[in-house]
Amino acid sequence: MKNKILIILLVFFLSFCFFVLFKSLESSNVYVPEKKEDRQLAEFVSEDFFTKKKITSNEIFQGSDYYILNIWASWCAPCRKEHPQLMKLSKNSSIKLVGLNYKDNPKNAKKLLKELGNPFSIIIVDQSGALSIEFGGYGIPETFLINKDKKIIKTFIGNLSNDSVRQINSIVK
Amino acid sequence: MLANHIGHYSLVMGLMASILIFLLSLKSYKLKTIDKRIFSISFLQLFFVLISFTSLVICFVISDFSNETVFNNSHTQKPIFYKISGTWGNHEGSLLLWLLVLTLFLILFLINSKKELKRYRILTITFQQIIIIGFFLFVLITSNPFNYLFPRPIEGLGLNPILQDPALAIHPPILYVGYVGSSLIFSATLAAVIENYISKDWAKNIKIWILISWVFLTIGIMVGSIWAYYELGWGGFWFWDPVENVSLMPWICLTALLHCVLVLEKRELLKSWTIILSIATFTLSMCGTFLVRSGILNSVHTFANDPSRGIFILCFLFFLITISLIIFFIFNKEKQKDYKKIYFFSKEVSILVNNWFLMYFLSVVLIGTLYPIFLEVLIDHKISVGPPFYNKLIVPFLIFFLIFMSLGPNLKWIKETNVKNKFQLIIFFFISLIISLLIYKKIGQTNLINTALIAASLYLFIVTIKDFFSKELYNFSKKISHFGFSLLILSILLNGILSSEAIINLKVGEKFTFKNEKIFFKSIENNKKENYQSVVGYFTVEDDKKNIFLFKPELRIYDQPAVITSEADIKTTLFRDKFLVMNTIKGNEYFNVRYQVKPFMIWIWISTLLLAIGGFLSLYNRLHEK
Repeated sequence: MKNKILIILLVFFLSFCFFVLFKSLESSNVYVPEKKEDRQLAEFVSEDFFTKKKITSNEIFQGSDYYILNIWASWCAPCRKEHPQLMKLSKNSSIKLVGLNYKDNPKNAKKLLKELGNPFSIIIVDQSGALSIEFGGYGIPETFLINKDKKIIKTFIGNLSNDSVRQINSIVK
Repeated sequence: MLANHIGHYSLVMGLMASILIFLLSLKSYKLKTIDKRIFSISFLQLFFVLISFTSLVICFVISDFSNETVFNNSHTQKPIFYKISGTWGNHEGSLLLWLLVLTLFLILFLINSKKELKRYRILTITFQQIIIIGFFLFVLITSNPFNYLFPRPIEGLGLNPILQDPALAIHPPILYVGYVGSSLIFSATLAAVIENYISKDWAKNIKIWILISWVFLTIGIMVGSIWAYYELGWGGFWFWDPVENVSLMPWICLTALLHCVLVLEKRELLKSWTIILSIATFTLSMCGTFLVRSGILNSVHTFANDPSRGIFILCFLFFLITISLIIFFIFNKEKQKDYKKIYFFSKEVSILVNNWFLMYFLSVVLIGTLYPIFLEVLIDHKISVGPPFYNKLIVPFLIFFLIFMSLGPNLKWIKETNVKNKFQLIIFFFISLIISLLIYKKIGQTNLINTALIAASLYLFIVTIKDFFSKELYNFSKKISHFGFSLLILSILLNGILSSEAIINLKVGEKFTFKNEKIFFKSIENNKKENYQSVVGYFTVEDDKKNIFLFKPELRIYDQPAVITSEADIKTTLFRDKFLVMNTIKGNEYFNVRYQVKPFMIWIWISTLLLAIGGFLSLYNRLHEK
């Protein structure tokens, strides 16, 4: 009797595994994130990159119509690639650029800014990576366009291209 | 052209031979005598597969691009060594190699098992042929290496440069011998279950095959890891990448089986457990093949994403699992009365405890690898499982595992009444505790788990060293392997704790200081090589004792396909590796330079080698006992 239950359970378990693995074959490997736009930004407290002082989200997101939050790190090669785009965006006066330095060595990060220029009006630090998760970040670099009601209106996963800059500029305009 | 056709037809002939052997073996099972034709046809089968494999090698060597596999994976400009290794550096060719090893092992089994029960031998052949037929069909239906292209392309697409490395040329064949060995264990176990032959004698014979697969799997994993360290330039040797896990799982299972079979041999205990482990080992190997080849997991090992292949392996895998479970439930006759009295302080209990731990490690790796796949299918949520998961779940339990591993071999079979050297063992424990505390004082970090882990591995280290000095030479192989394992854990730990790294962007003529070393980027040199353009950077590293080392990391810009790889320059000494790698920054005179100091790196390879040598010695003893 005991044996029979065991066998039935095993059969169920195996068919379940088969089903799942079979299904997994169909799903593609290209990942499309769910729509995270039109989402209200949660409040948070972080640390300023240069002054090391505590700073709240309300202090960060004030005084501008649009904000760009860019998650970056000096060890991330694509971030380096998108840096010129950020520099371009920093010239647009109606956008305030916020950098989120992700799990980085401050020394290397400063070196990068010195070398390629600093497009950000404020940089906050995310040493543990928790803040980026809270934002719904998928990987770096990632860029969020935020309006003055602190709503995320657009997300760019991966490095910003010329096209994304055009898109941002057309929204902000 | 000609070789291509010969290869294809001999592959089909091989399948015919397989079916013939399968039918003959069923007939002989009824007649209870082995049909002599089975032997000759098995040789013929090996011959056909060998011809087929050789023709593929020839196609690669002469760059016959009318063969689709060659076209996809080779190029006329490639060095001859990589043309040959390119044969198994792709999906189709590697499956052909798999088939070759499968048929070879069947022959070896036939030669090696002359003294055993006839029906057991026949059944093993039958099951092995089922697996072989499955692979033949897989190769011929979904991934034929001899697909013909017309018109004949002039040039091939080239081999992924990252695979052009000597370590990677030997990594797949070695790993396959390990995997295929597990298939033979699987067939032999099922045959033994049906014939009710799970016994001391069987354990003695099967141990040879377990040792063969274990040794090859160990070396195969090590070579893969060496490749990752030297070629990928990520500065590590193990990344808990799903594909790495997939090779680690059969290894863990096989290690458990290796110990479990000892108990079966000495005490005729744990019969069902041995059977389950044998089945699990092969299932995990197949599962690995499925995950890697279907493209569910993406990594450097994924050759092509073709769902039809995945479905074939998946169905075949579940077919084998179902057969083995049916056989297990119907024929396994371990009765309650067979159980003997077991005492807690005995070798068999300590081996059982070791098995529990190994099963725990196995389940952690299994869950870490499969859970993301399940989650994605069931609730469409993507997660990735990284090193912190494995480290947190495995490391604390490793401490107890190591302590059991040091004490277990000191116990006797059946019942230990008086542990000799009780006093000595306790003293050793305190010595290792003190040493590990001293190590931590010196490093200046305090982490209880790491201290305990160092203490535990030091304990195993000291106890095994003591064993080397004990009088009897008995079980020398075990001592080497256990010693190797303790060394492995110690070196991985110290490597992890003491490694340091600097990442910086430099241009020619710049300097930077890292800890007490001065790194100077002197110059770069451009060279044209056989199939790539090489950019060599010259760096000098000067340490505080004014010793100057010259580093020459290289960037290789391959033409076919156009890929840039970076070759790290690694200076290996007994106590530390210095690792320097550079990367280009597009449109910039700067180079991204990464400099790492990694202590005890070489000891990781040495200790893994010791582990394998122990297994090999044990195998040697086995074969000479006969």
